Amino acid sequence: MSATKVRRLGTDSPPSRASKLLQNRWAGLAGLLVALLAPFVDATPYALSVMTSAAIAVMLAAGLNIVVGYCGLLDLGYVAFFAVGAYTSGVLATRLELPLLATVPAVIVVTVVAGIVIGAPTLRLRSDYLAIVTLGFGEIIRITANNLDVTGGPSGIYGIPHLVEGPVAFYYLTVVVVSLAVLGAARLGRSRLGRAWRFVREDEDAAEAMGVHTYRVKLAAYVAGAVWGGLAGVLFAAHLSAISPGSFTFLSSALVLMAVVLGGMGSTPGVVVGAVVISVLPEILRDLADYRFFLFGVLLIAFMLLRPQGLWPARSKEVP
Amino acid sequence: MTQLIWNGLFVGSFYALVALGYSMVYGIIKLLNFAHGDLYMLGAFAGFAILGAVGGVSSAMALPLLLAVLLATMVVTGLAGVTLERIAYRPLRRAPRLSLLITAVGASFALEYGMRAVAGADPRVYPVRLGGTSFEVLGARITPQQLVLIGVAVLLMAGLNLLVTRTREGRAMRAIALDPRTSALMGIDVNAVISRAFFVGSALAGAAGVMAGAYYGKIDFMMGFLIGLKAFTAAVIGGIGNIPGTMLGGLLLGLLESFGTFWLGGEWRDVFAFGVLILFLTVRPTGLLGERVTERV
Amino acid sequence: MSLLSVDDLRLSFGGLVAIDGLSFSVGEAEIVSVIGPNGAGKTSAFNCVTGFYRPTSGRITLRGRDLPGLRPSAIAGLGVARTFQNLRLFGELSVLDNVRAGSHLWLRQSVLDALLHTPRYRRSERECTEQAHHWLDFVGLRGDRYGQARALPYGEQRRTEIARALARRPDLLLLDEPAAGLNHGEKAEMLDLIRRIQALGVAIVLIEHDMGLVMEVSERVVVLNFGREIADGRPEDVRRDPAVIEAYLGGDPAVLEESAPEETVLEEQTAGQDSAGKGDSAKADSAGGDAHA
Repeated sequence: MSATKVRRLGTDSPPSRASKLLQNRWAGLAGLLVALLAPFVDATPYALSVMTSAAIAVMLAAGLNIVVGYCGLLDLGYVAFFAVGAYTSGVLATRLELPLLATVPAVIVVTVVAGIVIGAPTLRLRSDYLAIVTLGFGEIIRITANNLDVTGGPSGIYGIPHLVEGPVAFYYLTVVVVSLAVLGAARLGRSRLGRAWRFVREDEDAAEAMGVHTYRVKLAAYVAGAVWGGLAGVLFAAHLSAISPGSFTFLSSALVLMAVVLGGMGSTPGVVVGAVVISVLPEILRDLADYRFFLFGVLLIAFMLLRPQGLWPARSKEVP
Repeated sequence: MTQLIWNGLFVGSFYALVALGYSMVYGIIKLLNFAHGDLYMLGAFAGFAILGAVGGVSSAMALPLLLAVLLATMVVTGLAGVTLERIAYRPLRRAPRLSLLITAVGASFALEYGMRAVAGADPRVYPVRLGGTSFEVLGARITPQQLVLIGVAVLLMAGLNLLVTRTREGRAMRAIALDPRTSALMGIDVNAVISRAFFVGSALAGAAGVMAGAYYGKIDFMMGFLIGLKAFTAAVIGGIGNIPGTMLGGLLLGLLESFGTFWLGGEWRDVFAFGVLILFLTVRPTGLLGERVTERV
Repeated sequence: MSLLSVDDLRLSFGGLVAIDGLSFSVGEAEIVSVIGPNGAGKTSAFNCVTGFYRPTSGRITLRGRDLPGLRPSAIAGLGVARTFQNLRLFGELSVLDNVRAGSHLWLRQSVLDALLHTPRYRRSERECTEQAHHWLDFVGLRGDRYGQARALPYGEQRRTEIARALARRPDLLLLDEPAAGLNHGEKAEMLDLIRRIQALGVAIVLIEHDMGLVMEVSERVVVLNFGREIADGRPEDVRRDPAVIEAYLGGDPAVLEESAPEETVLEEQTAGQDSAGKGDSAKADSAGGDAHA
């Protein structure tokens, strides 16, 4: 089992070779190939489950990267959107007996609304206030899910239907969806909007002076992040077929943030690697279970002090 | 009614005590010390460890002992705060704000789960509890221990206020808050002053931790998370960076929560508190007593 | 009708009066300089025009349209571009990306175009890059365009900032001390650049301490002292104006003839106000958004 993981991580080459690989699409295709071949190496239910979770984590990291990496807004309650997506599809699928796929449009609408509701009042605030407020929102969503009847209270929702039959098929579906999500996020990052996000991150006043409506641009980042998180929530609900408030604590938000920071804020290959590391490492280091979150905390500090650009940094030089 | 007010003021004084450290550090270096709530937790555990080392005592000696432990704990958490600043925050003072915030989140994580690794995940029972029979004032049941704890909190806050407004040290802090570079040019040792501010703020949080342990009787490694959020809320309500404002904010949040719980039910208490936070940040981000500064480019 | 007209502008921060009745106008493709000692309110006036400050009273109009109350981005949308006194480049981004910021307002590209990489996306990106190269050529950038902006030498960063503003294709360009910190040769190039910008049909408002440069390029000069306007006229008239000479170090007319020495003296004289001015930019942040929301 662990051998598989090590090999998977190994193929995500070290940063020294990264810049060369980045100049073409091979890095992305290689990553996809690894993900597609992984079940041939080990297809035990446990391994598949871990790999599916890792893929979902990649999608979350890609979404949070839009907010934190591109736009420079620290969101400490990102898992709120994950929860909104999972609960929306879970509630609709179980109460109205809809197929899970049919809930996706509703999930998109609800997460967009959630992104606006959370973002609109808070995005005018200073960046550090925003961090705490998003954390507060994350807790509000979780506590609300815990207290309401429609969400099943503390025990949550059971018997959520699958998207496709069988864990292997679901794994491949997840890989396809997540790949598209990662590609989409990367393409947004290279567009007019994506540049505007980076201008806001670098200097809000200068961005305004160049005609960037900073508030709207930030809201767009927030909404995009919300949709990515919400759709990942649908995959999550389908994967586990049961969801409860316990899956959406601050800890989960912090882990996604960890993945983004570890991999490299603003770097697509970086956050993919970061998310895989964060979700697979604890499986390898089972013996250290007591210390792993402590280690994550220390790593977070160490990275900010010693390597703020992450394992696989966003390129600082443009390729002509 | 009076009971609700009393409960609110009592809880509020805890919030105020923790919020002061938040507010002070924020006021001086504009850093939101995310790990501040965890220093409160650290204080509770440090007090627990010291009490354990001292061994059992008769209940008559409980109060003086507790006060001694309180002081010792304040030194411990104060030093912890100084160390934290030295290792994790100082090197990043000129880095983008995002890095500093992420570091603070990391510090919070490390403290919480470090404590979990050391002390375990299960709650610990505090070895000393203050006794005494309750009495009624205007229809509110008040216990002597509550009075003692509020007395200590008021004393600490008054002391802090004196420190900031009346002493050389306080003047240096306020100067750095306004302009660190000019302060350095004027001969103020900026690093030393910031260190001492962290010491004082962390010591107050530690004191609140011991008091909470002695009052509620149970402590656990996550106890600082929620109170950190609440303390931030209190600071924002009163006007972050403003000492009397922060105290007021703490008491006010305590009252709001007390009434909110009464109206909405206990399970919505935290939602209510965060709702208040968001409301304040959108409507009056400078807080009740914060000055309205014209933002300049 | 003039392009920009500022009428009896007043601005105060609490009790501090930064601008006390400033009026001037700028015609199409005209160069107007605003001079005065540090702390006289020049940059504050810029910030009022570009929407970063909301004036306490007075009118500012661009082609008859009122500006106060609009967001800076909306004012940029009306054809105003600016540079900043202490360089506000997007340091971590490439030089080209910095200049691409200027194309934000005119680039037509939807989110769907970007997600699907439609022909329109490719076309608009190509155009955006070509334009960025064009304006970098125009300002004569010598440094690495593909590297990070912060890696450029100071003078090159100044050029990049101007290229960024030009890529906006403005009708009115506000330059805040473009020659500050440049050496003699670079100043001569800046003078040439300002003239070439004017030749494009762009009106320029210039804040500058280098009197040589100001007297050389300006069609009109507005002089501020402690927030008050003390002169407005042709360079040669302003130079002889007794009130101006008085304001510049108690009546030594030589000061207005030469550029280099007096600059330092002035800065020392008003050092207190200057440091306050520098702090401003650091405090910018999103709360600036509150002020003009």
